[in-house]
This record gives sequence, C-alpha cells and structure tokens, in this order.
Amino acid sequence: MDTINLTEKTDWAFIEEVKKESGQNPALCYQCGNCTAGCPYTQYFDYPVSMVMRLLQAGQKETILTSKAIWLCATCETCTTRCPCEVDVAHIMDTLRIIARREGKVSEKDVQLFYDSFLDSMKKHGRIFEMGILMGYKFKSGQFMGDAELGPKVMSKGKISLFPKTIKGADKVAQIFNRFQEKAKKHG
Amino acid sequence: MAEKEYAYFSGCSLEGTAKEYDESLRAIMKALGVNLVEPDDWSCCGSTPAHTVDHVFAAALAARNLTLVEKMNKDVLTTPCPSCLMAFKKAQFNMSRDEAFKDEVNGLLDEAYNCGVESKSSLQVIYEDIGLDAIAARVTHIMPDLKVAPYYGCILSRPPEIAQFDDPENPVSMDKVLSAAGIQVQDFAFKMECCGAAFGVPKREMVNRLSGKVLEMAIDAGANCIAVACPLCQQNLDLRQEQVNKTTGSNYNIPVIYFTQLIGLAYGLSPKELGMDKVIVSADSITRRITREEYEKIKADEAAAKKPQKAKKDAAAEETNN
Repeated sequence: MDTINLTEKTDWAFIEEVKKESGQNPALCYQCGNCTAGCPYTQYFDYPVSMVMRLLQAGQKETILTSKAIWLCATCETCTTRCPCEVDVAHIMDTLRIIARREGKVSEKDVQLFYDSFLDSMKKHGRIFEMGILMGYKFKSGQFMGDAELGPKVMSKGKISLFPKTIKGADKVAQIFNRFQEKAKKHG
Repeated sequence: MAEKEYAYFSGCSLEGTAKEYDESLRAIMKALGVNLVEPDDWSCCGSTPAHTVDHVFAAALAARNLTLVEKMNKDVLTTPCPSCLMAFKKAQFNMSRDEAFKDEVNGLLDEAYNCGVESKSSLQVIYEDIGLDAIAARVTHIMPDLKVAPYYGCILSRPPEIAQFDDPENPVSMDKVLSAAGIQVQDFAFKMECCGAAFGVPKREMVNRLSGKVLEMAIDAGANCIAVACPLCQQNLDLRQEQVNKTTGSNYNIPVIYFTQLIGLAYGLSPKELGMDKVIVSADSITRRITREEYEKIKADEAAAKKPQKAKKDAAAEETNN
C-alpha cells in the first residue's frame, strides 16, 4: 500500500473545487465500503469507489483525475442509493470526470472518444445518428473491426438507418453547444 | 374510460435500434385509450455523454425538450427510455431547486424553461395512471409456455430522491404489470444489476461479462424470457448475446423482449405490429397464444379432472385411517 504524506501532498483547493461543483461533502464518508460492495464495475476499477472517496478526502488530485475508475463508472446510481451518509457518490464521480476532461487528464481515451462521437452527431443533426456515431468512433479510434458482426444483424432487421435524419432545429441545438463552449472559454 | 393524453418523448434509440419498443408502446397505448403526442422537432436528451462534459450543459440539452412540452401546454411528459428519463428528471430536479443553476441553464437556451413539466417513465404511466385493473381488462390471450424474468436496469427507480418511483432496490411495477396481463413472472434477484450500459462500443468485453451474469441469473431463476424496459439493456442482452457467448464460453439463447411487446401479445395484437420480428433471439417458440376462454376452459377441465382423483384419494386415506 502507498504511503502518502498528507501534510505535504493534500491539495486543499481540489477538495474545495469538487465540493463546490458537486454540491457534496466528501468529508461525510466514513469508509463503510457499502458503495464498493454494490458497484457492478468494481472488478474493472483501478481504485474501488470507496477508495476514490478516501483519495478525495486526502486531496489526491493527480491520482484521482488520471484513474480509470472514474471513466468506467456507468452512473448506475447504486452507490448513491446505498450510501448511509447520503452522499451522492455517483454525482461526485461525474464531477471528477468533468474536471479530468477540463484538465486534459482522461485516462480512458476510448470511452471519451465514444462520448465525443455521440456529442458530435448530436451537434450536427440534433438527434443521434447511430451509424454515424459508430463510424466516427471507428475512424478516430482505428478499431475498424470492433462490433463488425453486429452490422448485418441490425441491417437485416431494418433497425438502423444508413442516412442521418437532421431535425429542423439542429442549429438551435448546435447553439447550445456553442454558447457553452464560449462560456467555458471565458471562464478558462 | 376517459381518454388520457401525454406528451411523448420516444428518444433517439427508439427511432433506430429500439424501433420495436416505440411500435409496441404505441400499439398498447392505443389499445388502452391513451393518446401520445410528440413535441414538434424534439432533440436528443444528451444522455450519458453530456453529463461527462458539464452539468449545466447537460441540463440545457435536456431542458430544450421540456420547453417544447411547456409550449404544448402539457405538464406531464412520458418517455419509455430510462436514460432520457434521467436526463429530464435531473434537469427538472436541479433547476427547480437552485435558481442560479436554472439561470445558467436558461442562459444556454433560446427559450427559457420554467420548470413546469414532470417526467414519468412509460412504465410508471402504465402502472400508476392506467392501473392494473385496466391492464387486465384488455387481455384476450394467454401465453402458457412463457416464464418471464422482469429486468428493470439501473435507473428506473434510482436514485430514489430523483426517480420518485417504485422501490430503489426491489422494484415490482413491471412484475405486477406483466402479471396483470396474465403473464407468468419469475422472482429475479438480478432485476436491477447493471448490464454494462453505454460501454458496449469502447469496452465490449466488460459489457459482455456483465450482461452474461444477467442472462445466467435469469435462466437460474427459471425464466425462458427476459422482459426489459430500456433500449440499452435490450441491445446489450439481445444484440450482443452471441458476443456474450463467445466472451464467456456460454451457450445462451434466451429472448429479450420489451415488456410492451409482451403486453401487446396478451392483447391479441399481431407480432408484426409489435415488432417481434426485430429482436435477434426469436421468441416464437415460447409465445404460443391461446384465447383467454380456451385457457380458462383448460384450467376448468384440469380442476375437474383433479377433483374425482382427490375424492378417491381422500376416501383411500380414510380407509387406511379406519
């Protein structure tokens, strides 16, 4: 187990940042481990969710933001539902993803790439064009063969469209993206 | 029955890989006398990807649609998709409790949202607003071979503070709705265990393993079919079932059907109209239907056949006792 010198290595500003952005108080966590016990993804996490909470209490910014755990969390809300201290743990994980993105520290590039392909499609068409997301992801990730066998299955069932359907108000949706990006730039 | 009407948000998946969910929901709502009206030119709710970017941004993408519903003068929106539902409910929850947050969200929108729309899952509308008696009254057919494991997925009743529906650990609404439709349901311990959610593309193996556990537990529970209420769960369990078999060295072949399709079958609607041909693992062999009258006659005959046997047994028992 790693030893951390808390006097030297606690990033108090980071703790405050997470508190402010999530509206949650990580200090309430008393490490019962209930969240980890119920987490369906814990076997894939590098740090179980209760350990992420402990690292947060200790202000271990770098370890948390570069962890795989925050990107493999699916927001299934089991941890939030079961926390005896009523900490919205899933919302903290979400906030940590947002900060990791902002600071360019995303460890799971494929997950981010998939989310970005989804948002690109949304910005362009106003709705999701499933085929477009998949192709966008394949091109950017270089994983051309992933899920290739699913194509014929959905095609034969007439479930997936080859052409995007763009809504009339797609520009209005794109405006939400643009306004957000401008605002984010202004606030650094 | 007075006709009910709801603003209806199908969501993007129901225009693509989950077409049959939309078709079957519309079909049973029609049968139940419920009108569904789509907001004009609705857009994607933002789903999981948006809330990894920013909370205000995610709420704005969802709230654009809630504004459209306000403009229809409707105060209840129903959506079959749990992910859309959660996006709407979280936007509503946070905007109606935090004025500064609301202002920030509205700052990103062309038309402000005034927090006047309550969102309900279509399961909730069917269970609470339509009710079990009305669901049962419309049943015309019984599927005697069917044993269903109702699978809710993660977020239909979670987190409880936001979902405000059913039980967060052991939901029963789908169990009761299917039972009311004359369908046999099995007790299923994994009814809320995560299937792997939106990670199918970037983390296929992880999703296959999580979905595999759900399939295994359903079969262990004695089910020959899984009922779902979420397009993503359906995709992970059905479309990816062959992948699950390869990844986990299994041989699952269990149909994964939307609960709305099963109700539609019990209502005597045609399999085609319910999109039964659109699922990958066919349910044909387990969805044999007989009319309610035939079923009741068979049951009555069985009971009658048992009676004389029972009388004989009782008499024999009496003799032995004497």
